[in-house]
Amino acid sequence: MRRFFSSVYAPVAIVALAVLLVSLLPLSNFHIRIATLLFIFSIVILGMNLLMGFAGQISLGHGAFFGLGAYMIAIGVKQYGVSPWLLAALSLPVAGVIAWVIGRPILKLRGYHLAMATLAFGSIFAMFLNNALSITGGPDGMALDMASVRLFGMPPRWSWYWICGGLLVVVMYLLASLLDSPTGREMRAIHDSETAADVLGIDVARVKLNAFVISAVFATLAGCCFVMFDRYITPQSAGILRSIEFMTMTVVGGLGSAIGSILGAAILIVLPQLLTVFHEYEHAILGLILILIMVFLPRGIVPTLRARFGPRER
Amino acid sequence: MVAFLQLIVSGLTVGAIYALVALGFTLIYRASDIFNFSQGEFFMLGGMLAGISMATYGLPYPVAALVACLITVGFGLALYFYGIRQARSASPIQLLILTIGASMLVRGLASALLGKDFVTLPGLLPWQTWRVGGVVIQTQAVAIIAGAIAIVLALWVFMSRTLTGKAIVGVASNALGAQLMGINRTVVVGLCFGLSALIGALGGILATPITLTSYDSGTMLAIKGFTGAMLGGMGRPYGPVVGGLLVGLLEAFGAGYVSSVYKDAFALIVLLMVFALRPQGLFASHSVERV
Repeated sequence: MRRFFSSVYAPVAIVALAVLLVSLLPLSNFHIRIATLLFIFSIVILGMNLLMGFAGQISLGHGAFFGLGAYMIAIGVKQYGVSPWLLAALSLPVAGVIAWVIGRPILKLRGYHLAMATLAFGSIFAMFLNNALSITGGPDGMALDMASVRLFGMPPRWSWYWICGGLLVVVMYLLASLLDSPTGREMRAIHDSETAADVLGIDVARVKLNAFVISAVFATLAGCCFVMFDRYITPQSAGILRSIEFMTMTVVGGLGSAIGSILGAAILIVLPQLLTVFHEYEHAILGLILILIMVFLPRGIVPTLRARFGPRER
Repeated sequence: MVAFLQLIVSGLTVGAIYALVALGFTLIYRASDIFNFSQGEFFMLGGMLAGISMATYGLPYPVAALVACLITVGFGLALYFYGIRQARSASPIQLLILTIGASMLVRGLASALLGKDFVTLPGLLPWQTWRVGGVVIQTQAVAIIAGAIAIVLALWVFMSRTLTGKAIVGVASNALGAQLMGINRTVVVGLCFGLSALIGALGGILATPITLTSYDSGTMLAIKGFTGAMLGGMGRPYGPVVGGLLVGLLEAFGAGYVSSVYKDAFALIVLLMVFALRPQGLFASHSVERV
């Protein structure tokens, strides 16, 4: 039992079980929606955590990657009548190539230049979404015209609950097996000490680039789910604020922790629902959370709790 | 030819502002290795606060400018002493996240408390435009360039002629060595945050009559200034200044000859090219560390 809990696959099983158990609760439509959004955002945050927790880099462009998937589907369906599923499959390699082009020169350098470059990418993408009215619908966003999805004859709400929940479990499984592979061991070595990893002959730049590309592809996948589930996308869902929200979710839950990623996403999805009066202060509150976490809980919630109450680490 | 000269004038004007952002970035980065993401927020605060003090509270220009500078410097010092200094055990990436948080906090407070509208300021000199052989020059453009030159020169004199300035240079070149010489690193880095905020506030006040300022102006300025700092290289004192001017010129020509809607995209292209081709910047003293 103890061996199971210390394995990298334990969180996958726990989350799969949670997705099943939550579906048995008497959920209102609103609850199903929140749960589905949580699954979608968790996919992004798990990727972000690979980048921030293991490669030690920050991206402020993941909102744009999220939007890339969503807008590719919305635009492709509207302008060319292509199947949204095909577009979703196409958007993933496109995101991968963009991330590779941005990340390759930067990740060879020491330092945190990726944050600024991805911020620039995100800003330009947001500018395109807001200005190219005839393609993207401008600030009003665009609707996705798509037949309702009925998985095994279930209503669309439940279909998306299972599709997104299922994808979340698949993503977690992929990440767990990645961390269990030689590449994953290289990532963990870099996480512990970049210099030591370098001395051991690990190609640090390549491993960081892999982490960035994988995290960008996951963000795009989540964006595809989001637009098909919500049938609407606006530039706000793909802007800089979204990117910073993703980063906040990642650091709140805890770097390097899969369960922490989901917890961080959950906290930042539920919090605004409770604090609607503070809507005006949304930016300010996000900023304040980031500062407070960095000053008082720099490792995030889950790793801090584990250090205090969990078994001693190896 | 007239169009070409006109683009040079407008390029140098925005370039002077980018040069000031780049200078502020470099000042903090060299002294503390902290990548201060909220650099653009100093400019936004300077412009917004001065504009609102004048428009809403009817303060005269010099008083409004002074108020804006004082509050912005206060924010810069608070960021260091109540934020970064408190997170002692934090790694560089955590400090970067902290400054991103500070930037969001200030932006959010500005949008909620100061409003979401663009703020303007009257020019430093009586508003006038000159025509020199067909090229239109605004008095405020002259004021921006002259002001930027004055700030750069003042900083240079401060760094090379005063003991405090030399302490900053000492900490920048070798923090441990400087500490062993009895220099208080905390005070020096705090001073750099204050100075950097002051440069930002002054830059924001200079730029606002032409560019207008709103709560979200800081992000783009930070990107452009950072691009300038990377292009010029942080190794030499004039690197960020020349880099900032070049980014302004490139942007003016890009907007003039290619596309004005996507003028902000040129900075990104420059940034990616610098990273790929010359990561140490144009004027490097030594090569950057590669991993």
